Amino acid sequence: MIVNRKPLNFWERLYLPAVLGGFKVTLRHFFKKKVTMQYPEERWVVPEGYRGAPYLVRDQDGNTKCVSCQLCEFICPPKAIKITPPGPDGPPADRPNAEKAPLEFEINMLRCIFCGLCQEVCPEEAIFLMKDYSLTGTTREEMIYNKEKLLALGGTHAGIQKWKHKLEEARAQETFPVQT
Amino acid sequence: MSATRTTEPRPGTTTVETITVKVDGREIVVPRFSPDWRGRPAPTTMIQACKLAGVEVPHYCYHPKLPVAGNCRMCLVEFGTPAVGPDRKPILNPDGTPRIAKSPRPAIACATPVSPGMEIYTNTPGVKTMRESVLEFLLINHPLDCPICDQAGECKLQEYALDYGQSASRFVEPKVHKPKAVDLGPRIVLDAERCILCTRCIRFTRDIVGDDALGIVNRGSYSTLTGYPGRAFDNNYTLNTVDICPVGALTSKDFRFRMRVWFLKETKSLCPSCGTGCNILIGSRENRIYRFTPRDNDAVNGPWMCDFGRLNYKWIHREDRLRHVLVRGQKSSWTVALREIAERLTRAPRGSVAIIASARQTNEELWLLSKLKAQCGALSDSIPRIGEGDALLVSADQNPNTNGARLTGICFTEMGIHLPQIADGIARGQIRTLIVFGEDVTRHGIGPELLGQLETLVVSDVLPNATTQAAHYLLPGCAPAEKRGTFTNVKGRVQRFARAIEPPGDARPEWEFLHELLYNVTGRNGFVTIEGLFNEMAKDVPAFAGLTWAGLGDTGVTVSI
Repeated sequence: MIVNRKPLNFWERLYLPAVLGGFKVTLRHFFKKKVTMQYPEERWVVPEGYRGAPYLVRDQDGNTKCVSCQLCEFICPPKAIKITPPGPDGPPADRPNAEKAPLEFEINMLRCIFCGLCQEVCPEEAIFLMKDYSLTGTTREEMIYNKEKLLALGGTHAGIQKWKHKLEEARAQETFPVQT
Repeated sequence: MSATRTTEPRPGTTTVETITVKVDGREIVVPRFSPDWRGRPAPTTMIQACKLAGVEVPHYCYHPKLPVAGNCRMCLVEFGTPAVGPDRKPILNPDGTPRIAKSPRPAIACATPVSPGMEIYTNTPGVKTMRESVLEFLLINHPLDCPICDQAGECKLQEYALDYGQSASRFVEPKVHKPKAVDLGPRIVLDAERCILCTRCIRFTRDIVGDDALGIVNRGSYSTLTGYPGRAFDNNYTLNTVDICPVGALTSKDFRFRMRVWFLKETKSLCPSCGTGCNILIGSRENRIYRFTPRDNDAVNGPWMCDFGRLNYKWIHREDRLRHVLVRGQKSSWTVALREIAERLTRAPRGSVAIIASARQTNEELWLLSKLKAQCGALSDSIPRIGEGDALLVSADQNPNTNGARLTGICFTEMGIHLPQIADGIARGQIRTLIVFGEDVTRHGIGPELLGQLETLVVSDVLPNATTQAAHYLLPGCAPAEKRGTFTNVKGRVQRFARAIEPPGDARPEWEFLHELLYNVTGRNGFVTIEGLFNEMAKDVPAFAGLTWAGLGDTGVTVSI
């Protein structure tokens, strides 16, 4: 089908009204409130529940919360997490009673897709997706965050101290008449 | 003892007496007598009948190879028997079927024999409630430390709690705490809190091993599993208790906190530590072996294996493994080395070659070596390894494939009698070429000075030793976990094993390069797959006649030796 182009009339052939119309739009925005953010000098306020980089946290006593159960490593869809368990001769956990802590905990931030499954699966509330969204590095190795770095970035999470509670409960029973 | 020594049913046994029962409304014919834990005939129990019917009855304390204890109450089922009138005749329904008198009380399926016409119900609301309640009781004092428990992932308490338990705990009181990380013996750690007191470990060590080392002390909630005071739980079978422990109460020190079980790839293999040839599963992840666990095979090892064999895997990952093909100490390649060896072997006059194979090699490799022996007119032998056996599993013959070496013609019935002759031949200068596979001959009468007199010394091994030091051609080989093949155990059972991990560096399975070498020497090509190689060997070796790789299955076939 052929659609014939409608011939322009005189007013339209002048072009000036259209140009002015365009300027009008530009000028209107010129005096409006600015929407462009001057990144990186200016930063965005990250909303609650935002899924940024996953970091490890410490409890209120400054101990590593992670017990190296490796559920996050298992669930991680892009296989970004790699945990080295302590093994039988590894150092004891810094928390009393927890018995186990990771020897090494690595997250490859280049692989991470920030899905939050690690946080969801964690039985110890030890890993959280924080508000960091701009992760940079000059090498690939630099983007593999180790345990030390993850703990430093993660900070403290004051949750229920499950193992401490268990230990206190067990200690209270030591005075119980029945000796085991 | 006899529990693990059961063999296949003898052919031509008399017809089995059967009875008909109903499991969940489905009729099934079961034998009146089934093997009990020792393999002796005993009245068939409800749990065995349910298993035959394909209905799973959850259980903790019941184990087919242990005496029945009936203490966990998890296998409670409801049942009914045909009603009988005062005249001792069955009461019939209006439609002519026998009327079933439902038992007012449930019964434990593991210890109740079935009777003709019995009906077993495993999924009634009553049974479901009972399972839920039993689990609730078991979980009352359970610490729920699954995140740090090595059993997590293969824990029956986890599995049944998910399948049959309640979704939430109603228990608000403080839990009873018991000792954690108790050192029971050199290889076992006990976490008394996690124990559900099923007594499987006690029965195993008392009735299977005959070492009554474990028991339960105290009463009620304070009941605690403990070792006999003043002595360690240290017999050679302790790690089996880790396998049979349905929870994480008994865990292996060697495997403690090393890897979560759900990451492990399980490969069907064989234990190469002695002539028994226990069937095992190799648990590996990312080319690293983490553990050996026994694999059920009633004709060989039942569900058990010894601690020595189980922990004898660490050498596979030793740093000093042979990784490179060396020609006179210089790094070389397989192509160069195999071609040069083949040239030397073709030039060697008959009678100037000797082969010392290892009874740790597979049937296929030994057969290829025997073909090479025939080609060169060589003298061959292997090295016996006799240790101390026991009455349960460990065999005095510590070579996994002594019978393979005999049947393929590498050695005579008495292994090692040709060694002095070979040593003498080298000393007299008659033997100029020696091929050694997987043995350190310097410890068996052929010292470094004799090896120095040789024109050609071809050595293939896995780890370095004095013989590999002297080798002109050093060919890095594989551990059994790194290759496929078959072993013939002390009783003549031919069993195959699969590859769990990749060999390090340039190392290649021996059968692969032996096959290539044989082709270079004889010019005759053969099969290049292990399946084809085995089938060709079966045609050639009279003892293996009729066997096929596929026909071996996972549990093997017994041949006459």
